[in-house]
Amino acid sequence: MDEYYQGEVPGVSDAGIEVSGLAKAYGKVVALESVSFTVAAGTVCGLLGPNGSGKTTTVSILSTALRPDEGSARVCGFDVVADAAAVRSVVGLAGQFAAVDANLSGRENLALIGRLSRLGRRSARERAGELLEGFGLTEAADRLVRTYSGGMRRRLDVAAALAHRPPVLFMDEPTAGLDPESRFALWEILRQLVAGGTTVLLTTQYLEEADALADQVVIIDAGRVVEVGTPTALKARVGAVVFSLGFTDDDAAAQAAGVLAGAGHRPERDGTALRVRAAGGSAALVGVLRALEGSAPEPTSVGVREPSLDDVFLALTGKAPVTPAGRDERKRGAA
Amino acid sequence: MSTIPITAGRQSRLAMAVADTVSVAGRNLANLWRTPQALIFATIQPVMFVLLFRYAFGGAIHVPGVAYVDYLMPGIFAQSVAFGGIGTAVGLSADMASGIFTRFRTLPMSRVAVLTGRTAADLVRNLVVVAVMTGVGYAVGFRAHTGAAGLLGALGLVAVFAYAASWGFVALGLAVSDPEAAQGAGVPVVFVLVFSSAAFVPLSTMPGWLQAFGAHQPVTALVDAERALIAGGPAAGHVLACLAWSAGMLVVFAGLATRAYRRISR
Repeated sequence: MDEYYQGEVPGVSDAGIEVSGLAKAYGKVVALESVSFTVAAGTVCGLLGPNGSGKTTTVSILSTALRPDEGSARVCGFDVVADAAAVRSVVGLAGQFAAVDANLSGRENLALIGRLSRLGRRSARERAGELLEGFGLTEAADRLVRTYSGGMRRRLDVAAALAHRPPVLFMDEPTAGLDPESRFALWEILRQLVAGGTTVLLTTQYLEEADALADQVVIIDAGRVVEVGTPTALKARVGAVVFSLGFTDDDAAAQAAGVLAGAGHRPERDGTALRVRAAGGSAALVGVLRALEGSAPEPTSVGVREPSLDDVFLALTGKAPVTPAGRDERKRGAA
Repeated sequence: MSTIPITAGRQSRLAMAVADTVSVAGRNLANLWRTPQALIFATIQPVMFVLLFRYAFGGAIHVPGVAYVDYLMPGIFAQSVAFGGIGTAVGLSADMASGIFTRFRTLPMSRVAVLTGRTAADLVRNLVVVAVMTGVGYAVGFRAHTGAAGLLGALGLVAVFAYAASWGFVALGLAVSDPEAAQGAGVPVVFVLVFSSAAFVPLSTMPGWLQAFGAHQPVTALVDAERALIAGGPAAGHVLACLAWSAGMLVVFAGLATRAYRRISR
């Protein structure tokens, strides 16, 4: 049952991730059908997808918490099944559920994880102090974690993942459920880690988050990779902003859609509403409104928003994400 | 190319397993100490049973040739560790639900230490509980007629038995996925084993079918051995039977627990 790796560990320059044809099913439920992608050392990869798309399963397999049914993956050149012990010594995992012990203090948590990561009693203590300071938790260091706020717990969780200075960090929805301030604080920590050479694989449901942090985005849906690209390339395809226009009735919306299509836009109609993806900037909005002026009914409402994950899926696959969550959302929208 | 300073020195597998067991056990004991309701469950409840059987029911129970309080206390020791074990299953399933186990599985630590750390912490808890119960027993009139050696022998046997049994509770905690289910599954099993045994009343007072079950189950083996050691008389057969039960439980339960733990990552 025990497997340990005690050999040499590669440096950060080799800290890449290669994933090839991963498949995993839980009984009859297929979590991953076939997932392949690569992450270059020292970069941030955003694994973007809706609830239930297979993000957590992918990260669990890559961090050796779960075995794949098929396919293979290498982290820092080590196979996640055959060299699992070696992989464990080069990866850190921070999860959306903030896996820290509520009945230990922040310092005790970090010292425990440090000791279990083979740091030795003394180095584990020193490393705990270092991390507490780096994550702004020094004042709360000796309080029990059950008194921490959600943001503090999440920071401690990330700190715990870094106890043995892993060159590869997996973060499973690190900012899910956090308030904006805590979210930006975590982003900042991540940027510093990456500046220090750490390779990061980050799962998220937020396009905005992938855009802010990732060098490369892998979009997955229903256990399959839908698209791989840089955030810039992705936005060029999806559009940087979405204009939503409301009309009095279906006929007015249909008429406006015709006019906009004639002017070179690609409107999508949903009942009395139109949405138009555009490159962004006020010029684009003026262009849309000018095209409508005089040739179509006046819109009753005009909105501008960032593209959502649904927009991305719609643009890339022509349909909304196929997940239980996606279905629920559409049901709610229809009700 | 830089190397990453993660291995503080090369340890043997065994040294690593021992070090990690100590770390995990320390964490579990801290959790127990800081969750007062768990401690109360482990100590107050057996104290109440001592008072109940010593003063409320005890007058109506006649065991030939022995003061009832001396008959009762070995049963109380067994009952304390049996009911305390439910806390093991509950704590373990809570760890699984919380995500801490997922983190443990991604650390370069001894795999088996997650389980041995849990059972080692339980052993410490059981020793504390049994020591407290011995004090309570003496306060209500219990005496070991064979002196300290007999008493310590009996308590040692309780600890061995409890350690083997705690692997069963580990297996149970791993088999169910949430703490409520662990509690729900653990209580009836422990209840039936304790109250159908010779822990509180002689088996000869029970109907034949219950006697047959009560005579052939581990809790009876434990209390019989304890009584033989504490009251004097021929003890070797009872002690061997108790050790055999303990060894059997350890092998079967540790095997089941290890298998269940491996299956989590499949």
